[in-house]
Amino acid sequence: MITTEILVIGAGPAGLMAAIHAAEAGAKVLLVERADRLGGQLIKQTHKFFGSKAEFAGERGMDIAEKLINQSSDISGITIWKNAVVLGIYPDGVVTISYEGAFCTARPKKIIIATGASEKTMAFPNNDLPGIYGAGAVQTLMNVHGVIPAKRILMIGAGNIGVIVAYQLLQAGVKVAGIVEAAPQVGGYRVHAAKLQRHGVPIYTSHSIQSAHGDSCLEGVTISKLDEQWQPIDGSEQYIAVDGLCLAVGLSPLTELLWQAGCEMKFAAELGGYVPLRDANMKTSHENIYVAGDVSGVEEASAAMVEGKLAGLYVASVLGHKKDSFTKEFQTAKSQLSALRSGPASVKICTGLSKVVLEEVG
Amino acid sequence: MNHNDIIICRCEDITLGEIREQIAQGKHTLEEIKRACRSGMGPCQGRTCAPLIVNEIAKATGKPVAQIPLPTFRPSTSPIKMASLLGGDKHD
Repeated sequence: MITTEILVIGAGPAGLMAAIHAAEAGAKVLLVERADRLGGQLIKQTHKFFGSKAEFAGERGMDIAEKLINQSSDISGITIWKNAVVLGIYPDGVVTISYEGAFCTARPKKIIIATGASEKTMAFPNNDLPGIYGAGAVQTLMNVHGVIPAKRILMIGAGNIGVIVAYQLLQAGVKVAGIVEAAPQVGGYRVHAAKLQRHGVPIYTSHSIQSAHGDSCLEGVTISKLDEQWQPIDGSEQYIAVDGLCLAVGLSPLTELLWQAGCEMKFAAELGGYVPLRDANMKTSHENIYVAGDVSGVEEASAAMVEGKLAGLYVASVLGHKKDSFTKEFQTAKSQLSALRSGPASVKICTGLSKVVLEEVG
Repeated sequence: MNHNDIIICRCEDITLGEIREQIAQGKHTLEEIKRACRSGMGPCQGRTCAPLIVNEIAKATGKPVAQIPLPTFRPSTSPIKMASLLGGDKHD
């Protein structure tokens, strides 16, 4: 049985920040990551981030990942396990982990769950043809392994991920046949959408995919226009020849460990689905379980990093590792988070959060 | 291609037609549908198909998505080899 003060599950932007800030305050942290590398989705982000200097604005996601990974490896209070899958959280506080093929148990005093989110998919005819990917898979192929996913690709979804990945595809030399968005307007940042339009990429708003076509792999896609009730309009179908289709239609928080542990959950469509109720210190309804990042509601990586910092600082302080600068650092991080959520693009997030963030106690 | 042939659960090869058939028989929760046809019981443990099936139940019953209960989540979250378990806990 492993004993540690804090177990951080997931080493993406939220988990790395949580581990770093908890360990810097003096706590012993075990950071477990399912993948064979740290950084989560950050390592695939070749674009520059928005926000303010404190959240690494102006830097590329992959460079931020490198900084955080180096920082986490330099702190002696953090033990890092890669290829480690958390299998279960039991009522007696025991956590089971599969670590490099071996079965391990741990009994941490506190747990910070930062498992992130998984991609949503869509039901349409032939959605299982080779050539159809989630946006995460496209980024992994292109930006991690240097493999182009297709010669000519159609993007479904004009949210931030859709517009950013479409632009990355152009940078990799892939033709982008268009972006299809069911809503009447582009949801992603204007600056990314404008770049695509300057490259002549058509954006089909109020459109949706009807069917994929192909024999042994994807050859084309039929899209059609949607009416005001989001129903396809007969006769508006158009065929687009592509060998790749990329789905960027949202993310669902990866909450199974929270359900297992009995945390109180609530459905908030604005945050991607079921998320845990928690207080302003990121504590769930479970005394020893905290959350940070997309698992507590799908948002930008910048917000995930600040939530990770808050959770890390707070959990360390609960365990008696309170830095002299705790109050100042904690308040600064809270104001950063409010600033990140103050723009018009964050209205939806804030509506979702108002359903699940409990009044601050104490 | 018929819409009923759309694959909903990739792990277990369950089609939209099969899911609709289960719903038509009165199974209006993920738990009941999974017990009848194994949807969501493969390696991904329903991470892909659960939201799609919930949408189908919502459409058929007129209930909001938020009122359709999810199945019980139990350990383990991911498949584990018998060999790992046979060795016992490495750290015991």
